[in-house]
Amino acid sequence: MAPAKTMFAKLWDAHVVLERDDGQTLLYIDRHLCHDGSRQGFSKLKDQGRKVRRPDLTFASPDHYRPTDVKSVAEIQDDKMRAILEELSANAERFGIHHFGLDSGMDGIAHVVGPELGITLPGISLVCGDSHTATHGALGAFAFGIGASEVAHVFATQTLWQKKPKAMRVTVDGKLGFGVSGKDVILAIIGQISAAGATGHAVEYAGSAIRGLDMEGRMTVCNMTIEAGGRAGMIAPDETTFDYCNGRMFAPKGEKWDKALAYWQTLPSDDGAEFDTEATVDGNAIAPMVTWGTSPENVVPVTEAVPDPANEPDPVRRKTQEGSLDYMGLKPGTPMTDIAVDKVFIGSCTNARIEDLRIAAKVAKGRRAQVRTLVVPGSQQVKREAEAEGLDKVFTDAGMEWREPGCSMCVGMNGDLLEPGERSASTSNRNFMGRQGEGGRTHLVGPAMAAAASVSGHFADVRQLMEGSN
Amino acid sequence: MDAFTKWTAKAAPIDAANVDTDQIIPAPFLSRIRTEGYEGLLFYRVRRKADGEMDPDFILNRDDFKDAGILVADRNFGCGSSRENAAWTLVDNGIRSVIAPSFGDIHYNNEMNNGMVPVMLDAGICADLRRQLHANPGAEITVDLERNVVVAPDGKEHAFTIPAFNRERLLKGLDDVSFTLEQESDIAAYEAKRRDEADWLFE
Ligand code: SF4
Repeated sequence: MAPAKTMFAKLWDAHVVLERDDGQTLLYIDRHLCHDGSRQGFSKLKDQGRKVRRPDLTFASPDHYRPTDVKSVAEIQDDKMRAILEELSANAERFGIHHFGLDSGMDGIAHVVGPELGITLPGISLVCGDSHTATHGALGAFAFGIGASEVAHVFATQTLWQKKPKAMRVTVDGKLGFGVSGKDVILAIIGQISAAGATGHAVEYAGSAIRGLDMEGRMTVCNMTIEAGGRAGMIAPDETTFDYCNGRMFAPKGEKWDKALAYWQTLPSDDGAEFDTEATVDGNAIAPMVTWGTSPENVVPVTEAVPDPANEPDPVRRKTQEGSLDYMGLKPGTPMTDIAVDKVFIGSCTNARIEDLRIAAKVAKGRRAQVRTLVVPGSQQVKREAEAEGLDKVFTDAGMEWREPGCSMCVGMNGDLLEPGERSASTSNRNFMGRQGEGGRTHLVGPAMAAAASVSGHFADVRQLMEGSN
Repeated sequence: MDAFTKWTAKAAPIDAANVDTDQIIPAPFLSRIRTEGYEGLLFYRVRRKADGEMDPDFILNRDDFKDAGILVADRNFGCGSSRENAAWTLVDNGIRSVIAPSFGDIHYNNEMNNGMVPVMLDAGICADLRRQLHANPGAEITVDLERNVVVAPDGKEHAFTIPAFNRERLLKGLDDVSFTLEQESDIAAYEAKRRDEADWLFE
């Protein structure tokens, strides 16, 4: 009998073009996603006078620089942003790649667009010049982020040189409580294993709590693998995955679907497969989480208080925590629910899919935003779906802003920003210093918790807010 | 890409863990094209105070360290965003090597793709190197890629490893793409096999 293999090993082996004696491996890339920030990769390709080897496998959608208050490129006021979006269209045309421009009705954040159009599928390798590419692993793919030189390399060769990462399994068993989402799961994991806990690893998330998540929740978990230092995150495909993929624009149809499905069912890790590193997290114990510092590992349940760095035994962590608190303007011992927010952002490739908006709307319904709140759907498709369900109305009735899809305040490159000293509750993935604007203070939360902070004006335990409503 | 054989330079200690690429180069500069250069932008915000003035306490603002060519950092250096601009910013400001217990995976590759040598050494050794640099501001470190050793200010040598594939390319200053294109027959064979066995992947 063949030795038991992890899903990661199966995915890796299926994409090996050649392996050198030193272990360096040339991997084939099945799908390459690009966005408006991939321009440096295109420039490199042009400088080298090369072509895109497989335009049919290359897909682009503008997201980072796209202002969320316009519907077309022509309306963009800022010359630089407009030029960047025009450049992407021009590059797409020149190299013949798929392009979902603002007039396509399909544009949005690359990591939202890929799965919803069926570009992302189980069993594939996928790269994108963006660190949150691990998102796509939620479908049972090997997906990872790359830099601009690597983007140019994939354009020209459809391959990448890689050293095989180690395999890690994070098992979350149990039943998630009311008001606890995929975001709380991944924040709890990072809080436990640290921001470097998965460095050098491809991470498989397993266990009953993970299997119980819908596809949106799974994507949220895989999305933030990079925040634990992981190269890639993945979840074994199952009926939830197959139902999600079936019928999507670029997904296989008819006989090809049947063949694909038969293959996808062989992907999950074999019983007894060995992982280099294992971690377990108790799913029953996870509460809604809020970050308090400038690394995603600085996280506590909303019921707790800002920790005291003096209690941290690891001197490196202690020092970093002190710096974090200073930047965040917080005192040890402050209950998280006493912290007032200035702005709320519901969006990003972590939490801007339809399920995220549904849960946020449930909390917002019949309440009033106490602070400026931006709701930015992840794609045009999500936006249409939400509008068909009347979610946009729920948000605007609550005094929140309903915007056009893009990265928006996740990275603040499109003009949606925090002012110096302003504090946000944000459903994005990074609370780094200045991430949402110079001097901005970011607290990461799930979509229900973001809506709860918006209608309360401070962090609030969404479970209390929604008591009796479920 | 410039070849890297041996690099001797003043080194600066960066004491914080999890130095992310947003700190190395903040988002507003990412739209700059490569040829514009990134000089003067390294740690743009971190090295300034809230009022925009340079923070005299930030290590790279101090006279002894401002022309450092090597950084000795703590764990998880370059975590976060995939922005290759972070590696460009380091190189354009004279940093050809970063020594740390661990790196963000994407940034690690980005450094090597820009003629830099990221050196992984034990956390204890890194802490000791930082101590030496604090005690002797302006002290030099050598990163010798031919011998795979770091020579510390106290003269001690510390061996390190770097993937052989990247080491070869760094020593010669070669770009991967031309090398990969020489493997064309393997790539074409793989593509043919893929089309055959996994036709569901294609329209
Ligand atoms: S939403 Fe944020 S994290 Fe996601 S791709 Fe855009 S900028 Fe990156």
